[in-house]
Amino acid sequence: MVDIVVNMLSMCIPFSVALLLASIGEMFNQRAGVFNLGCEGVMAMGAFIGMLIPFAAGGGGPVSQWYNFLGFAAAAAVGALLGLIFGVITVTFRAPQGIAGIGLQMFGVGAAGTLFRHFVGGTQSIPGIPDIDIPLLSKIPLIGDIFFSHNVMAYLAYLFIPVAMYILFKTPWGLRVRAAGTNPRAADSMGINVNRTRYEALMLGSALAGLAGAYLSIAQAKLFSDSLISGRGFIAVALVYFGHWHPLKVMGGALLFTFAQTFQTVVQSMGISFPYELAVMLPYVLVIVVLSFTSKDQRMAPTALGQPFNREIRT
Amino acid sequence: MEHITKRFPGVLASDDISISVGEGEVLALVGENGAGKTTLMNILMGLYQSDEGRILINDREVHFRGPEDAFRAGLGMVHQTYMLVHNMTVLENVALGYKNAWKHVRVDLDAVRTRIEEISTRYGLSVNPDAYVWQLSVGEQQRVELVKTLCLGARFLILDEPTSALTPQETDELIALLKNMTKELSIIFISHKLQEVKALSSKVTILRHGKVVFSGNTDDYSSQEIAAKMTGHEIVLPKNRASMPDGEEALGIDGITVMSDMGTKALDNFSLSVRSGEIVGLAGVSGNGQRELAEAINGLRPVESGRIVLLGKEIQNRSAHDVIQAGMGYIPEERNTEGIVPSFSIMENLALKDITTEKFSSHGIVKKDEEEKNAIRLVEGFDIRCPGIATAAGTLSGGNIQKVILAREIDRKPEFLVAVYPTRGLDMGAVEFIHQRLLAIRESGIGILLISEELDEIMNLSDRIAVIYKGSVQKILNRDEATKERLGILMAGVKEE
Repeated sequence: MVDIVVNMLSMCIPFSVALLLASIGEMFNQRAGVFNLGCEGVMAMGAFIGMLIPFAAGGGGPVSQWYNFLGFAAAAAVGALLGLIFGVITVTFRAPQGIAGIGLQMFGVGAAGTLFRHFVGGTQSIPGIPDIDIPLLSKIPLIGDIFFSHNVMAYLAYLFIPVAMYILFKTPWGLRVRAAGTNPRAADSMGINVNRTRYEALMLGSALAGLAGAYLSIAQAKLFSDSLISGRGFIAVALVYFGHWHPLKVMGGALLFTFAQTFQTVVQSMGISFPYELAVMLPYVLVIVVLSFTSKDQRMAPTALGQPFNREIRT
Repeated sequence: MEHITKRFPGVLASDDISISVGEGEVLALVGENGAGKTTLMNILMGLYQSDEGRILINDREVHFRGPEDAFRAGLGMVHQTYMLVHNMTVLENVALGYKNAWKHVRVDLDAVRTRIEEISTRYGLSVNPDAYVWQLSVGEQQRVELVKTLCLGARFLILDEPTSALTPQETDELIALLKNMTKELSIIFISHKLQEVKALSSKVTILRHGKVVFSGNTDDYSSQEIAAKMTGHEIVLPKNRASMPDGEEALGIDGITVMSDMGTKALDNFSLSVRSGEIVGLAGVSGNGQRELAEAINGLRPVESGRIVLLGKEIQNRSAHDVIQAGMGYIPEERNTEGIVPSFSIMENLALKDITTEKFSSHGIVKKDEEEKNAIRLVEGFDIRCPGIATAAGTLSGGNIQKVILAREIDRKPEFLVAVYPTRGLDMGAVEFIHQRLLAIRESGIGILLISEELDEIMNLSDRIAVIYKGSVQKILNRDEATKERLGILMAGVKEE
């Protein structure tokens, strides 16, 4: 029994990384006042590019770790590029963000699938990146397995949480982002370029979504397929609301969701007779239930979320 | 500024306006709501680009692409609608513009704090740097705005109705302070309040419908002359001279305790009684529990203990709907966010509170023609100036929005009315109108709780005046006992023996 629980918990951290990166990225978008439903599409493109580079270098066989990291970098770059395009559409041309986001999602998922068939063909696996046992710490019973023997990207992703908090709450850029998403008119009157800030946040946020996708293909599944992302981008958007735009709470949401997901896989694998269709639903039901019961306190919310900024429109 | 012209879709907001301000001068820019004063100042700050005309500073033509450029030229503006980010602290709001504290990867909040303290002590404007803006009352937010602008080192100050949220004492202090500051600063001062204009400004320019109708030295003209030029007619504010009403108690508040957003006691064992046909003015510096009181009465904030009785019915902790059903009318403090739905049309806003009743709907379908008839009648009756009843209410000027709210609240014939800062930021003409209306409903036997910081307003309209301080009633005076000085002292928290 203990083994099963430890096993479940030790899956939690590596499996939560993609959600974590994507939702922190989405948090930056939303803090700046833009919500990007296209997260799923950006993740798909990131996953494809991330997988393509080590695959092309090694033909599916072993490759130098540097190709894997080149894959991550390329995925982040493609993400940032998609964020830039999304910015042109929603910030400069002030298109409705929801619709534009759905467009980006369809484009990303579709383009990734098509390019994958063209450049790779069928399902091909790559070696991926290895887990690293942290000396000493990983030898601690139970704790060691759960926290200290994961791949390097998982560690980096969790180390990024305090960094994200610092960026958001302590840097001039974070200050600009929060102002642009909450009261763009005030930000404007203080000499802050609202649109530029939104572009920057979109590029950072989408770069993180691209990374999240690449994590799935390089570190987690070690392959690419059309259904690799399977709604994680949308869950990431929901987690931002769940976490009230705060990195720590968003992280909590990502962990909770992942735990529910590993729980249901473990329950299935134990052969308990329980309809698996219902078990698979569990994490999603959980998100809906928790979302309906979390505080609706809008005081800390970015109140200009979803509204394009136009200085000369009087409101 | 020379020959400034600015067109908005359907409106000529500035029509060939020229103004000039010398060093150390104070120019008062006077005009009714919607006369184009704020637009002109937004052009000066680089927030809007003018269609025609040019701006000269020290005889050099300048082009401001944004407020950043204007700051650099030493201009600073305190906006009428507060330019504050509500989910950030006061400190962070100041830091937003205080670029000296922007290190590469860090905002030096300590430097901002020092700067705020320096400015607060120098000008006697106390603010709590760690409070979130959403926790502050309107008056406190205004102080933050002033501190913010001063922190950014403005040498040329534009003040868009800076005193509309301040108490008379604070206003006097501010005026003394601004006068003192003219040694180092030039000021453009937008106001409706003519005694302030007289006290502070050396020159006055009057705008009407986007045009300069008058310019001159303030000292050469009396307040009455300026008021007449501004509105085009003489203004006499009405006064309540009726004898004390002896009606039944309409609203009884019995020892209520209500929490503020910060979790402290906003109202502490607060009691007050208002009769039918009586206006009770609640005077006090904003932030002493007025907002919480209005919200508690109207079912928008829980009451921890005590009772609120409206015409014999207990209404504490009931829903806003129940309170409305019980006959309550409410003119809220935040007219744009609580009084109207800005994106809805005037017509819809006027019908909003009774939309589910027989009057405006049947079987869940809105009676469009009833809605329209109602709107046309009220727009006429209350002199709401608008392009049409289908116009979004949020695009109207403050005075006209207030008339929409007043029209709705009065026309649904409430049995009691809570009016919170009903004339804040309005011009003399609108104030006159609203005061007349309030007195008229008083005559019809309805009790009114008037919450205001304007002592003139309170003393002109009230039968009795209660002074609120730190969540309790400090003292209740009859109209003839009240003087400005006495109220001012009570509002400052000094107990009378």
